[in-house]
Amino acid sequence: MIRRLTKEDRQGLTLISPTLFYTLLMLAAPLVLVVTFSFWTQNYLDIDKTLTIANYHEAWTKPIYQVLISRSLRISLLVTLVTVLTAFPIAYYISFHVKQRKALWLFLITVPFWTSYLLRVFLWKVILGFNGVLNSVLMQVGLIDEPLTFILYNANAVVLTLAHAWAPFAILPIFVALEKIDRSLLEAAEDLGDGAFRRFRRITLPLAMPGIIAATLIVFIPTVGDFITPKLVGGTDGLMIANMIQIQFGKANNAPLGAALAISSMFIVALISLGIYLIGNRFGGKVK
Amino acid sequence: MVARLRSLMAVKWLTVYAVSYMLFLYLPVILLPLFAFNDATVVAFPLSGFTTKWFDVLWTTEALHGAVRNSAIVAISTAVLSTIFGACAARAGARYRFPFKSGIIGFIMLPLVLPEIIVAVALLVMLVQLGMSLSLWTVIAGHVLICTPFSIAILSSAFAGLDQSLEEASFDLGESKWGTFRRVTLPLVMPGVISSLLITFTISLDEFIIAFFLTGTDVTLPVYIWSQLRFPTKLPSVMALGTILLTLSILLLILAEWFRRRSARRQGRDAAAAGGFV
Repeated sequence: MIRRLTKEDRQGLTLISPTLFYTLLMLAAPLVLVVTFSFWTQNYLDIDKTLTIANYHEAWTKPIYQVLISRSLRISLLVTLVTVLTAFPIAYYISFHVKQRKALWLFLITVPFWTSYLLRVFLWKVILGFNGVLNSVLMQVGLIDEPLTFILYNANAVVLTLAHAWAPFAILPIFVALEKIDRSLLEAAEDLGDGAFRRFRRITLPLAMPGIIAATLIVFIPTVGDFITPKLVGGTDGLMIANMIQIQFGKANNAPLGAALAISSMFIVALISLGIYLIGNRFGGKVK
Repeated sequence: MVARLRSLMAVKWLTVYAVSYMLFLYLPVILLPLFAFNDATVVAFPLSGFTTKWFDVLWTTEALHGAVRNSAIVAISTAVLSTIFGACAARAGARYRFPFKSGIIGFIMLPLVLPEIIVAVALLVMLVQLGMSLSLWTVIAGHVLICTPFSIAILSSAFAGLDQSLEEASFDLGESKWGTFRRVTLPLVMPGVISSLLITFTISLDEFIIAFFLTGTDVTLPVYIWSQLRFPTKLPSVMALGTILLTLSILLLILAEWFRRRSARRQGRDAAAAGGFV
């Protein structure tokens, strides 16, 4: 169906076209190219442009890549779970119990996020280290005699650091969803004899679901691609797939394989995200 | 009575939780100035004394000055370009209806949810294939891409709150299109524009992953900091540098927030109800 564009159509499209063209040029074109690139092969400096699935074969069958991808997914899902579970009470508190200064609370939550990501991650290394802040405080108090070593350079440290870094991204969408809940529904539930817990489970939680799904996806998708946190606090057991992608584009000098790894992990992430979205949609959105 | 008491207790526990969560959020940020002013070469407790010598080191580090200059160029260019792109899209989104509107806007907002490493790698592949050499301009190109969605988010509320009848009144009174834009539209959305400039500046100043992949021989500040983290002796001065950046970011944010609220007030909306800039 082709219809003539109205004057308003044309004005709107003209106005948005610079931004659209920039995004097409700098995002769509590179993404298409990187997909093509992943079917090529690189031999030191020469790129062989014959199409082949060798890179994907390597990415999906070599144990090291399987380990890294499954570990990245495990860590990211754990980070998402921890972040969303700890963020929910905060969002709930600000939405339901802070009366006057909601904007100030939200502002205070976003401030640490705007400080250097690199330095925040590094400071967690300082906090969790052998001579770190946590160990010295615990020793001073007398709770432990020797510094704890299991808290840095492993997957747990990565989970903690990422949960910290992504907290505002989980709090804000949940807060927005909670704010939208019609408070009279809650009163109605109470009048009809629902206790606090039942009311929460049957009204607050389902209506907050869109926010929870948004928070889950906003945290899950980018954390799979993080390579600073694993590199600084992850040790060798905490390395993730993004570290390997970076190595392929850097030292290993095998960019096509790096591209294949990036696309493979994005593909899996997209599938899982779709799953989360569908499951979340089934459980939320309406009052039962 | 018992139920009332129980719900009061629950609120109290929730408050305790909220305050301790805030402490957790601020824990690393609080440590930064502590170590920056600490008179010891190792970044660890116990603190040994007050000094400003780590800040003095910064004034004499030539490589750092270059990185600051590069970051300033990148962040200012990014702020201006992404705010222009953001303003076009936000205005189009708020004012007009056109085919594929939500699809187009969704596509432009996509960099918000893509892992940065994917964006960085894709841009790198394209630039290398095109035979372009990496420079500050390639970093700017990447930063504009990821900052534009933030700008749109901020400016959308500014343009949505704009009362269209004011523009129509201006046309009726004989102003040209450009005159109306300059004398009516722009002043009304100006606080939003400034807020967008400040936020995108801050994001670009702090962005590491894209800068790391797309930077040439001229490094930006975060890439410089990354290179310094390997040397234990450099850490105290990195902490000092971080403290300066932290102060700068907070000042910029407060300024941005102030402008955003002014914009909301000017358009007669409740500042708190208009929401934050995220």
